[in-house]
Amino acid sequence: MKGEPKEIRLTVNGRVYELKVRPKALLNDVLRKDLKLTGTKRGCLESVCGVCTVILDGKAVRSCSILAIQASGHEVTTIEGVAEGDKLHPIQEAFVNHGAIECGYCIPGRVMMAKALLDENPNPTREEVRLAMQGVLCADVGYVKQIEAVEIAAEKMRGGK
Amino acid sequence: MQEEGYSIIGKPIPRVDARLKVTGGAKFADDIEMPDMLWGAIKRSPYPHARILHIDTSKAEGLRGVRAVTTGKDFGGFKWGWSRETRDEEPLAVNKVRYLYEGVAAVAAIDEDIAEEACELIEVDYEPLPGVFDPFEAMKDGAPLVHEGRPGNICVEYHWNFGDVERAFSESYLVREDTFQTPRMAKGYLEPPAIVAYWPDSSHLTVHAAKGSPYFPYRILSSCFQLPLSHVRIVQPFIGCDFGGTKNDMVSGDFSAVMLAKKSGKPVKIVYTQYDELTTCLRRHPMWITIKTGVAKDGRLKAIQTKVISDGGAYTRMSPLSNYLTGICMGLPYVLPRFKTDICCYFTNNPSSAAMRGHGLYHTRFASDVQMDMLAQDLGIDPAEIRLKNAIKNPDPGKMYETFNKLTLATCGVEECIEKAAEAINWEGNRKRDRVKGSKAYGIGFGCGAYLSGTKLSGHNACAAMIRICEDGSVNLMTGATDVGQGSDTVMCAMAAEVLGVGLEDIDIKRVDTAHTPVDPGTYGSRVTVYAGEATINAARDAKRQLLEVAAREFGVKPEEIAIKDKKAFVEGHPEKSIPWARLVRMACYNTPGMVIIGRGQSSQGISTYGLADFSKGIGNIGTNYSFTAQAQEVEVDLETGVVKCTDNSVIAHDCGFPLNPPAVDTQVVGGAYHPGVGAALYCEFKMEKGLTLNPNLVDYKLPHAYEAPMTKVIHVITHDPFGPFGAKEASEGSTCTAAPAVINAIHDAAGIWIKDLPAKPEKVFWALKEKREKK
Repeated sequence: MKGEPKEIRLTVNGRVYELKVRPKALLNDVLRKDLKLTGTKRGCLESVCGVCTVILDGKAVRSCSILAIQASGHEVTTIEGVAEGDKLHPIQEAFVNHGAIECGYCIPGRVMMAKALLDENPNPTREEVRLAMQGVLCADVGYVKQIEAVEIAAEKMRGGK
Repeated sequence: MQEEGYSIIGKPIPRVDARLKVTGGAKFADDIEMPDMLWGAIKRSPYPHARILHIDTSKAEGLRGVRAVTTGKDFGGFKWGWSRETRDEEPLAVNKVRYLYEGVAAVAAIDEDIAEEACELIEVDYEPLPGVFDPFEAMKDGAPLVHEGRPGNICVEYHWNFGDVERAFSESYLVREDTFQTPRMAKGYLEPPAIVAYWPDSSHLTVHAAKGSPYFPYRILSSCFQLPLSHVRIVQPFIGCDFGGTKNDMVSGDFSAVMLAKKSGKPVKIVYTQYDELTTCLRRHPMWITIKTGVAKDGRLKAIQTKVISDGGAYTRMSPLSNYLTGICMGLPYVLPRFKTDICCYFTNNPSSAAMRGHGLYHTRFASDVQMDMLAQDLGIDPAEIRLKNAIKNPDPGKMYETFNKLTLATCGVEECIEKAAEAINWEGNRKRDRVKGSKAYGIGFGCGAYLSGTKLSGHNACAAMIRICEDGSVNLMTGATDVGQGSDTVMCAMAAEVLGVGLEDIDIKRVDTAHTPVDPGTYGSRVTVYAGEATINAARDAKRQLLEVAAREFGVKPEEIAIKDKKAFVEGHPEKSIPWARLVRMACYNTPGMVIIGRGQSSQGISTYGLADFSKGIGNIGTNYSFTAQAQEVEVDLETGVVKCTDNSVIAHDCGFPLNPPAVDTQVVGGAYHPGVGAALYCEFKMEKGLTLNPNLVDYKLPHAYEAPMTKVIHVITHDPFGPFGAKEASEGSTCTAAPAVINAIHDAAGIWIKDLPAKPEKVFWALKEKREKK
């Protein structure tokens, strides 16, 4: 109806999926509807709020603004792939322990944004953390504790306290 | 109880839902999927005001994949509203649309694309009507009527008079009159409305929806679909914020999903886009506030008179309350002997207005607290000093302060808030410094506020809780309260654990399911901690009493001689000989005759009629107790471009009685109050043109991002309110109201200009600076 379905091969959280998707399907749709990975949120669908952020080949991207077929052959990490079993990632641990979570709607996207930052730059300045956090809106916690949580996680990941 | 004696309360408490939220496991309404589920979409009107002549759905019904279509006529004339007298809105418009993109029909299909395509195939004949788009047009003689039978487009009005203000003005040393304006604002939450509805059988309805007050849809859907309440089940997923309004109320997608599910016999899901949310859902009232204030030579207030005009939009919704709240708390946080007000809200062909954090008070507090600085300047008094002179003093223990309209307070920390904020920001030192550095000017401003907690509305206010102690010692807690992100689930668990003498990890709180949890008005009016908290304490005490009787028998003493602490029961004063919690519970449940331990509790504050408000006269308590805030804020004004920034030099001193979970109060004050307050002061407003929202996305609307959001400092002022659970009052709704006046006063301190209409966008500041330069 809206273009013939296309075959894609997507690696998500280390697992390979072979899927048939419509050309217009967003990466966000495929993650949420086909793979049932609903941890990645659906927000504004126009690259504004950032709650749908996932990591694509090491870069934080908005899954509402990438077609699933564009992600074919690439590696995607979602919030479901961040913790190791029951063991939270240091970023997740910092968000929990530092009280940087309220309603939680932006948190999956924000954790992915922070992970992409710290994977590439283990020792960011406050300005660099602020710049990364700029990509995801928050309506309730405010950015103070979230910025601090990323800094706490960075220190831990560098082998500090 | 002494705070030092608490095991859990008052210390940093980890959120009970944090782990689920940080791993992506928390299910929000849009994350719910059911077998055979259909997707719904809404057909919306392209006119802001038009008569509906005919709707033809036949082509949509014929589209492959469509399973059901509905129009307003299917609802049999049902109308709904905030109260019995204000039911003026249809689930889907039948004869007339009153705002742009109002829903007129809906479709359920096997996927979202087909549902949307089918909406395009629905043919609607309209007769466009002239519209009114601001209250000043709406009030004119001969203006088009939004609702026939509502002359003058008046939605609601109040006229109150407390004391002879004219005489007070004539006796004043100085009288000022200024007009201020607050804009139309979005709630700014990131999770748009979403619902999944299904009918397990033809007489039972189940709904999972993003609702901050699930007992609203419980009652409204019962009435709409003529079901007994016992057959309506609203199950609460996690909620991505609320901030009043839309998620308390219904949207046309809610009614449509339920109707389409009934017609198709399948679950139906409707998810709004952020565009739908920002063009059709409820927003903060734009208001025009003319305020006249008389003061004595020493700066003490003698009288205030306000005239408030507001744009209520297309339907009444909560406008009676929003507008009421602009006047009811004018006696806070300063001593005010006389007050007169005329408040009028008008219907227009804009999307409806409703509650938003700081509901109602936000507008008049802004006007009054900026004018306070103007008066201080005219009188040559320091802005902090004029506030301290007028601040209500904290009543002595056992005494109450009463405002001109009989609001009563047992505690008021505003004086201490002002002192602490002034000290923390080095007010004295900063007053003396040079304001201008190169092309930038720096200034500091003050803002003070108050807010009601445990709102007392007419009708149902009560709140109940149930505690079930399982036979292994683990505990279930059930309330009707909804955690929309503010942290109430955590604080309820903490209160239950504190009373029972167990750990936080022993309490499991259930989210609302109207089939099981006790009925509750909802999450609004800063009522949850105060009411659900007291109900939880009472339920825990009831359950504990049952266990104390068992322990008393075992020890051979009276139940009141037993204490339970750190999961051990012992005779008071003899902790060395104790029964572990789990064993005590086992004894109660298994020893003949085994018990089932269920504790029940209700909020006595919620059902107290003492001092209850008389709505028509504006007299009486609107809250159970009242919070207070003082904020000091530094701004940087670019004298060339007019761009204003809040610096990190900022402090909020906040009296929430006693912070039950201090880090949660901090995040509420910073993220739920301060950052939106900065947004209101500098950035956020809907731009409108003939009913069309021109900036319906959060970038063009300018919701603050991390860069615009300063790192502030929060100071807790402790007053231990006797009417709140463990001494608590509301946290942070009051501090939503202090950022805007603090920022505007700071701009004046920096650059000598007054911005009276929010937000202080660069162009307004630029022109005001130019005008000031040219006057010299």
